Amino acid sequence: MTTDHAALGRPIGGPSALAGDVRRFAHLTVTLAIQEFKLRFFGSALGYVWQLMRPLMLFGVLYVLFAVIIKVGGSAKYFPVVLLLNVVIYTFFAEVTTASVRAVVDKENLVRKIRFPRLVIPCSVVLTGCFNLGLNLIVVLIFALIYGVPVRWEWLLAPPMVLLGAVLALGCAMLLSALFVRARDIAPIWEVLLQVAFYGSPILYPIEALNKYPIAQQIVACNPLAALLIEIRHVVIDPTAPDLYTVFGGVWWRVLIPITLGVATCVVGYWYFNREAPRIAENL
Amino acid sequence: MPSEPPHTGRPAVVVDGLGKTFAVPREHVMTIKERALHPLKRVRHDTFEALNGVSFEVEQGEFFGIVGRNGSGKSTLLKCLAGIYNADAGEMYVDGRMSTFIELGVGFNPDLAARDNVIMNAIMLGLTPKQARSLVDPVIEFAELEEFVDLKLKNYSSGMHVRLAFSVMLQAQADIMLIDEVLAVGDASFQQKCYDEFNRMRDEGRTILFVTHDMGSVTRFCHRALLLERGRIVTIGDPAEVASEYLELNFGRETGETTTKGDVDERPGDRSARIVEAWIEDDTGERVVTCMQGRTYAFKAVVEFLEDVDDPAFTWIFYRSDHLEMMVATTAWRTERSGHFANGQSAVVTVSFENVFGPGRYHPSVIVAHRGRGHDVIDRWDQIFSFMVAGPYAAGGAVDVAHQIDIDRAVTPPPSTSSLQRAS
Repeated sequence: MTTDHAALGRPIGGPSALAGDVRRFAHLTVTLAIQEFKLRFFGSALGYVWQLMRPLMLFGVLYVLFAVIIKVGGSAKYFPVVLLLNVVIYTFFAEVTTASVRAVVDKENLVRKIRFPRLVIPCSVVLTGCFNLGLNLIVVLIFALIYGVPVRWEWLLAPPMVLLGAVLALGCAMLLSALFVRARDIAPIWEVLLQVAFYGSPILYPIEALNKYPIAQQIVACNPLAALLIEIRHVVIDPTAPDLYTVFGGVWWRVLIPITLGVATCVVGYWYFNREAPRIAENL
Repeated sequence: MPSEPPHTGRPAVVVDGLGKTFAVPREHVMTIKERALHPLKRVRHDTFEALNGVSFEVEQGEFFGIVGRNGSGKSTLLKCLAGIYNADAGEMYVDGRMSTFIELGVGFNPDLAARDNVIMNAIMLGLTPKQARSLVDPVIEFAELEEFVDLKLKNYSSGMHVRLAFSVMLQAQADIMLIDEVLAVGDASFQQKCYDEFNRMRDEGRTILFVTHDMGSVTRFCHRALLLERGRIVTIGDPAEVASEYLELNFGRETGETTTKGDVDERPGDRSARIVEAWIEDDTGERVVTCMQGRTYAFKAVVEFLEDVDDPAFTWIFYRSDHLEMMVATTAWRTERSGHFANGQSAVVTVSFENVFGPGRYHPSVIVAHRGRGHDVIDRWDQIFSFMVAGPYAAGGAVDVAHQIDIDRAVTPPPSTSSLQRAS
């Protein structure tokens, strides 16, 4: 056959994580995310209210238990607001990553029937989560205003920081969804890890509650999610709360540990998903 | 017969040396626990060559059929073309916007209304959200589902579901379409509508690659067709030839011996001769069990004489599977004096004819009788074997005799005699 390949038209490649034009990628991601978002609230009487209720109920229980009865918050300023924000961000992270585990397998009918950039699937899961997160954050904002947290220009830093959390969630989502195709026991493993992350992050307690155990405190802060929560609290809600630099005892390179881990999760997640993408349809 | 495709410059689709191999693990290791318990156990793989060195070109505006038996690789070929599977070898090129229809209604969600599903489906097919939204009305209109546009898809009947999906496919307006056996669904009137649309698309000069089992639609629509078997191209070219080759592949598998083992004692007759075996030969002299329509076959039976017999009558009766007597070939009328056969002598009785039977299964009987009208039976073997008749045209009659149909438009019948003329 002829060797003049350019004259033969566009070559057909196999499926991949990111092939095709950016606009189609965006359209697909947004459409799938909106569809998923709609589906979640169709058919239930209270619809969207449930999405608000879940973190709020969890917050209510935790608030009564840890801020009123046990008082782990100690002298931490605006602890209820911090608690609510933590719960909302953790709920987002947990929901997105849990949903992403089965995402590719659940979208089997698409994966096996049509060509589209495979990365759309984890991206749309994260985007659906972001819709919920955005609405929940409005509740946090209202609560913060009612509680009397002073309004400061640093509040503008909150969205980019939350976005970092979404990127971290995307990194995990890519890794988990691709791994699940090969090994089905990722689902229970990830459930357990999320439990560990819940208690292993300063969600229920402020990080200074661990001041007596500096090693434990620093290990906790190595978790990228925990590091993000610490920084958001410091920057947005209470500048007197410890930041990462303080937590790591002023050793600046240790601050790089959670950052590196977070970046590594995203890089490895993308790398692995990209590697698996061409064969996902066959391995399902 | 389809008209010639409009020929322009470069081909719409080029496939060059395409190969695809699947690794089939012998034991499926799915969990980490299993892997942890048996760290040294290697997962052994059997490789399965789904496609091997497949090369072809499809011209612009061509209606191209891809046929093959189950597991021949045609769906894999389509999925490689669609970019769903990664090809292991070879190259493919496409010129124009291509849409894939491995299944109708990809991305349909039963909990969403028809409108949302149409948009979703169209976006999956590569349209922008704006294009997709403007598609909703024409799609709903074509599917005749205006009253149900806001109904959730789970409340649709399966026929409505298919209609909706099919009209998205038609309205998506791709230059090149890959279609996988979509006509297997829907009721007869919907299928007819599909056929009409196929005709229209062909006349519009769209390029269509069409995977099917239905040889009727191959010969009706395709300009060219390709026959796959075990991942390789067997034939590529004229649809009618490809269709008949496909049928031969499908039914001509069990060649060789056809005679069923029957107990001689249970057969009627006085045993002065016995039928030993019977078979079918095609025009090359090879034994077959499937007869293609329109070809000539020889039906042969060996008779061994156990006594001296004068002028026996030999008869073949061909029964359709519903016991309709299709044809009787006998020497009793034509060659009454068939001669003297001595004890121990054998004879081969051959009936050959051009096969005009309609597709289906047939059971011939072979009868040897004493001279006369054939009632004084020497040996009669009913259902000596069965054979299939296969043909690309399944119009429906019991026989398909070579014929010609003319339509003469110019004649206007006189009003008073019109009914008479229709009868004549």
